[in-house]
Amino acid sequence: MKHFLDITRETCPMTFVKVKLRLAKMDAGEQLEVLLNEGETLENVPRSCEEQGYKVLSVEPTDNQQHLILIEK
Amino acid sequence: MSKTAVDKKDISIVCFSGEFDKMLAAYTIATGAAATNRKVTMFFTFWGLNALKKERGRKSIGKDLLSRVFNWLMGGRNNLPLSRLNFGGASPKLMGGMMRKNNVAQLDELMEAASELGIRHFACEMSMNILGINKDDLIDDVQSVVGVATFLNESEDAHIIFI
Repeated sequence: MKHFLDITRETCPMTFVKVKLRLAKMDAGEQLEVLLNEGETLENVPRSCEEQGYKVLSVEPTDNQQHLILIEK
Repeated sequence: MSKTAVDKKDISIVCFSGEFDKMLAAYTIATGAAATNRKVTMFFTFWGLNALKKERGRKSIGKDLLSRVFNWLMGGRNNLPLSRLNFGGASPKLMGGMMRKNNVAQLDELMEAASELGIRHFACEMSMNILGINKDDLIDDVQSVVGVATFLNESEDAHIIFI
């Protein structure tokens, strides 16, 4: 099952806190699509997900300086 | 066996100052660490206990007259002063507004996230005796009221920071 989370209105630390809390509620194998901003969030969120053993399947830029990343638990 | 300094990933935060800006910093570090899979323990002592009181405003709780006056003067989460330029309590409110404008999480949101992330909250027994309050006066997130020996044991494999 694929979930979606928009963290473009959040700032550190709530950006990856919200991603972490959402991933914690999912089952293994499920996917989470996250819409996030460039800059600090883009640098930190995918990396911290990988450090915790989640798989970052893709990182794609969208319009207006946001990025969409796909994480698999 | 205790880890060497290089291996320690967990964090123990001593919340002493009870100041608004420092409490934000403490909870930012705490939630950031917990969100990146580190074990986080928060130990509240002296002024830090004010943030944990169930009564968010000024209330004269306490077991005798002096502690009731003291608790009333200190207040709760709504009265945490800024560490500088407090301007009689106006600054925390102004700062809250600035944070809202910049989409920065308020203290309540950070504390809620801390609870959801399973961050352990301990209250200092000694300070609570001085203030004349007990565990029922504090929010439910507080696991237990402990002394320094327990704190040090719980922090053996952690970096300890003092805020």
